[in-house]
Amino acid sequence: MPITYTSGEQVEVYRFSVPATILIPLIALFLQAWLPLGLHFFSIFDLPLLVTIAFAMARRGQISGLLTGAVIGLLQDSLTHHPIGVFGIAKTVVGYGASSLGVKLDVENVGTRFLVTLLFYVVHETVYFMVARGLVGLKLEWSWPHELWSALANALVGVALFAVLDKFKQRTCSL
Amino acid sequence: MESVLGRYRNLIVLVGVLFLQVLGLAVQVKRTTENEPTRLIRIWTVSTVTPLEKGLVSIQRGIRNLWHNYFFLRGVRAENRELKQEIERLRLQQVRLSEDAEQARRLQTLLAFKEQFISKTVAAQVIGSSGSEQSRSIYIDKGAHDGIAPDMAVITADGIVGKVMRVFRSTSLVLLIDDQSSGVGAILAKSRLQGVLHGRPSGEVVLEKIMNDEPVQAGEPVLTSGGDQIFPKGLPVGTVSKAFKGSESFLDIRVRPAANLSKLEEVLVIAQKEERAPSLSQTAPVRAVDVLAGRLPSVPDKPATEDPNKTGTTSAKTPVVGSTASQSAQGSAELTPKPTPANVARNKSVGNASPSSNQSGLPASPTPSDSPASHSRQLSRKPTTVAAPNNAANGMPSAAKPDQRKPDQPKQDQPKQDQPKRDQPGQDQTPSEDKPQ
Repeated sequence: MPITYTSGEQVEVYRFSVPATILIPLIALFLQAWLPLGLHFFSIFDLPLLVTIAFAMARRGQISGLLTGAVIGLLQDSLTHHPIGVFGIAKTVVGYGASSLGVKLDVENVGTRFLVTLLFYVVHETVYFMVARGLVGLKLEWSWPHELWSALANALVGVALFAVLDKFKQRTCSL
Repeated sequence: MESVLGRYRNLIVLVGVLFLQVLGLAVQVKRTTENEPTRLIRIWTVSTVTPLEKGLVSIQRGIRNLWHNYFFLRGVRAENRELKQEIERLRLQQVRLSEDAEQARRLQTLLAFKEQFISKTVAAQVIGSSGSEQSRSIYIDKGAHDGIAPDMAVITADGIVGKVMRVFRSTSLVLLIDDQSSGVGAILAKSRLQGVLHGRPSGEVVLEKIMNDEPVQAGEPVLTSGGDQIFPKGLPVGTVSKAFKGSESFLDIRVRPAANLSKLEEVLVIAQKEERAPSLSQTAPVRAVDVLAGRLPSVPDKPATEDPNKTGTTSAKTPVVGSTASQSAQGSAELTPKPTPANVARNKSVGNASPSSNQSGLPASPTPSDSPASHSRQLSRKPTTVAAPNNAANGMPSAAKPDQRKPDQPKQDQPKQDQPKRDQPGQDQTPSEDKPQ
């Protein structure tokens, strides 16, 4: 029995249908690539990251979480001109962490979702920054105000997105 | 052992996945110096995402066109009026600039100066972006099928945008100039200082490699220098927004891009450039030496001939017809009319008048190239030369008859001594007036 901070005795585990598993990340990638053309500020959001966190927390499986993160991250890398794997590594770590935390927290709570998204956005940026600078040699600048504002914005969007993704969840079992 | 593996299975999988990705990264980073082939995963992702983007962009464009072209026409008349005024103003400006350009081209020809010309461009629609703040790049809807290749320059009417980074079958990835990995050879328009344009991680564009002691002021235009072999020389890049001393011995110059990189819709890809020496256009076939000769003082004309019998020889030996510098520059192969008073007068006023345009001996009738000013000059001027022998018999000057000339008649028939008249007081300087100086 895992230690949980949920009010109930059991932790719900959900799954997503195959079409939802494929289409939701693709739509997130598409919107991420298309919306900044008209709305330039949209590039501060990271929809693929939010989908990774949502999937990982709903499934509550570490392997499925890290694999989801890896695939979404690699796809996101494919759209950039940087080497493939920078987003992949960052999202793998986030997927693993979010699914690990999802087992121990009441992820149905809006406040929890907000804080988890805030935390994992910073984790994601930190890992991305380290990999990009250390392995790829990109000259990135770390700006705490910018990262915190972005984390806040992503957390707010994340809460809304989780509510939408709840509609696609299918309950499988209880841990 | 099995219990350890079972207990830390998830962690082992995590480490394994991360290790694989790091390995993949290491391989790619190592290979970036070589000719890196396009990764299959890139092709799959781009092939999946870009059709959706293309469709959505075309629908969006259709709706916008429908609205702007059929419904939202408020203020079009006023705008039309303003545009007409603008056209008039630009026409005047064009006359001045074309003369300057011709003169520059002539001087470049003299110097055997080679310049790059944009000979082929491909218009493309922007359909997507990388979606990341760290990768400032866009996708366009033209690819290898449309003749796009890596390292082609991408521009808009306002200024440069970036260069083609990766090419897929029907789309291409364009690296913007504000990306930190981009580099553009640039030159300051006034001070002619050259530097390298880079993007910063924050999205700012900076001009580097200009020494601290150089005077650079805000507002100075920045152009491409052509040194990067990607962008042709002289394209607008932007303007200096701020310049101050940097941490090292170089200035920190911030540049505001001329093209709005955050709202790109249509771009032009420079698919072909050619490097050639500038040639004189047909509209002003004047050599610089001719122009200079026209400005130099020279011997005045001899008075009109006294003996009609000598006129033929006179006209042949001392061609005093008002040939323009342009005519002398057109080469010996060109057939020219025999000098008669009619075409003398015409040639004085219009450098390239048609020989068959006058049959009466009167000043040349207006041709498309004639101007009212030239007619007034013709009417006030006496013919200063003699008639051709075949026309002298009837005492009436007549039009030149090119078909009566021998086909191999050399260029000597073409008079060259019109210059003296220019320096005589009270006389027109027609050739120099008709030609750009």
